[in-house]
Amino acid sequence: MSEGKKTQKDMMEEQMKQFYSFVESMKKSMGLPMVPDMKTGQALWVDQREVTLKFIISIDKIKEFFNALADGKLLGTKCKKCGEVFFPPQKDCPKCMDSEVEWIELSKEGTLLTFTQINVKPYSFAHYDDYIVGIARLPEGVNVTAWIREKDPSKLKIGMKLKLEIVKREPENYYTYEWVPVE
Amino acid sequence: MGENVAIVGVGHTKFGVRNDVNMPELAWEAIKQALMDAGLEQKDIEYVVVSNAGGWSSEPLPAVVIAEYSGLAPKGTVRVEAACASGSAAVKLAHDIVASGHVDIAMAVGIEKMNESPTPTVVEFIGRAGNYFWEFHNFGLTFPGYYALYATAYMDKYGATEEDLCKVAVKSHYYGARNPKAQFQKEITVEKCMASRYIAWPLKLFDCSPITDGATAVIVANEKVAKELTDTPVWIAGIGHATGTSNLSKRTTFTSLEAGTLAAELAYKKAGIDMDDPTKVIDVAEVHDCFTIAEILAYEDLRFAKRGEGVKLVREEQTYIGGKIPVNLSGGLKAKGHPIGATGEGMIAELTNQLRNKVEKDRQAPIKNGYALAHNIGGTGHYAYITILSLSKPRR
Ligand SMILES: [Zn+2]
Repeated sequence: MSEGKKTQKDMMEEQMKQFYSFVESMKKSMGLPMVPDMKTGQALWVDQREVTLKFIISIDKIKEFFNALADGKLLGTKCKKCGEVFFPPQKDCPKCMDSEVEWIELSKEGTLLTFTQINVKPYSFAHYDDYIVGIARLPEGVNVTAWIREKDPSKLKIGMKLKLEIVKREPENYYTYEWVPVE
Repeated sequence: MGENVAIVGVGHTKFGVRNDVNMPELAWEAIKQALMDAGLEQKDIEYVVVSNAGGWSSEPLPAVVIAEYSGLAPKGTVRVEAACASGSAAVKLAHDIVASGHVDIAMAVGIEKMNESPTPTVVEFIGRAGNYFWEFHNFGLTFPGYYALYATAYMDKYGATEEDLCKVAVKSHYYGARNPKAQFQKEITVEKCMASRYIAWPLKLFDCSPITDGATAVIVANEKVAKELTDTPVWIAGIGHATGTSNLSKRTTFTSLEAGTLAAELAYKKAGIDMDDPTKVIDVAEVHDCFTIAEILAYEDLRFAKRGEGVKLVREEQTYIGGKIPVNLSGGLKAKGHPIGATGEGMIAELTNQLRNKVEKDRQAPIKNGYALAHNIGGTGHYAYITILSLSKPRR
């Protein structure tokens, strides 16, 4: 994030703040959270209840993956019976109806399959600068989606080599992984 | 195979920002149209399938809210979700319960009220419609972002350009301008599209379908009832469906939608249409152009063009009226609008009226063989539903 520059999140929040202060002023004068649509004047009721969504997700069967990230390793899983490699990791092989699936360390090299830059960001990502997301193939035959450390999409080429780095995502401060172009 | 099933009534509201009505009021507009079109009353409808993606709208049980308001209760109902293909899934289920002989008449109602939430919330919800934990949570993909991954790969492999993509948008707006139910009724130029800002590089604002409110309805009946109700029943000749991976990284190609390709093959087989060149038989199609690139992929997945040659259909304007096969004469998702859960029934309602020669004259396809095709994709090739309609009774 660039210091001093307004992020998309700042702008979204300013806009919402303006709107809600307008709602409050309407409430004060009418006693109701009723506002006219800015374009058409149609009557709108503004919800007086609010809900926050923050999920708590079970990862016990694949917790090794997350523990390994802290050691700088990228893990996948492999079925002992049929040999299929899974990324994202999963502990069940649906083909073999079996849970004889073991952890393997994946190589951190990839070939770029495709990419995009996210310019209009979702609210929960609006505090970041525009970021590039790519999908690259590992020698093990599985693909990994991640951010690519590059600001300009025109500098990337499908087929180019990338290296995977385990990084701390800031400002949230948790381990994840990122593709880095190989010079 | 069950009984023959025909469409006997359709309804389609004006799409757009519909702040003039709440959710059940909007649904009622489409339901009322469909009932009047079929010459039926609420009591005749034996089961109602409601398609709605939701999340951004306030009512968590839309099927019941709508059934109560529209006088369809106490008949049975259910809400279905197949993302942007929810509407075609609803028509498939309505079709199936009639085909099975369980009921004589059923209705599919599509409803989406996306403008009940501010745009950032809607962008957030649609971005999560892939694989939440492995894609969205860490990497913040958006809906345009997912299709941009396909655009980058397709452009690289086949030499398509951003101008080519804009030409798709120009066609959508050309026909949207002729459809009074479309969200956008203004023509655009390639220059205007090219000058629009990036939403998810290389996709720009004019490559993207909008946030839309809308409702649609389709009434289906078995052969006996259909023949009593109308002289021009529109038969459901075949439905194909398939599912892609939730996580895009697990796909083997980014230049076609595998689920769309598979669903097309199944639908053609069921309808008895020659897969070598379906454009010989199909008079008109609605394809899922949530983004311009998606329309080009659809041409190829549906075998309207060979792999890599979908972009040629665009350059040669072969999908306008008078070309090889007219596509999205409604304006498509791009210009008519994309109210997620209502889009599928919207395509099928549009095609029903195309086959009946009942749409506005300057966007009416010439109906020669009496076949039409609706290609409806949910998510980014997560769900695929293809519905083939016909004026002639299917041979079973
Ligand atoms: Zn196995």
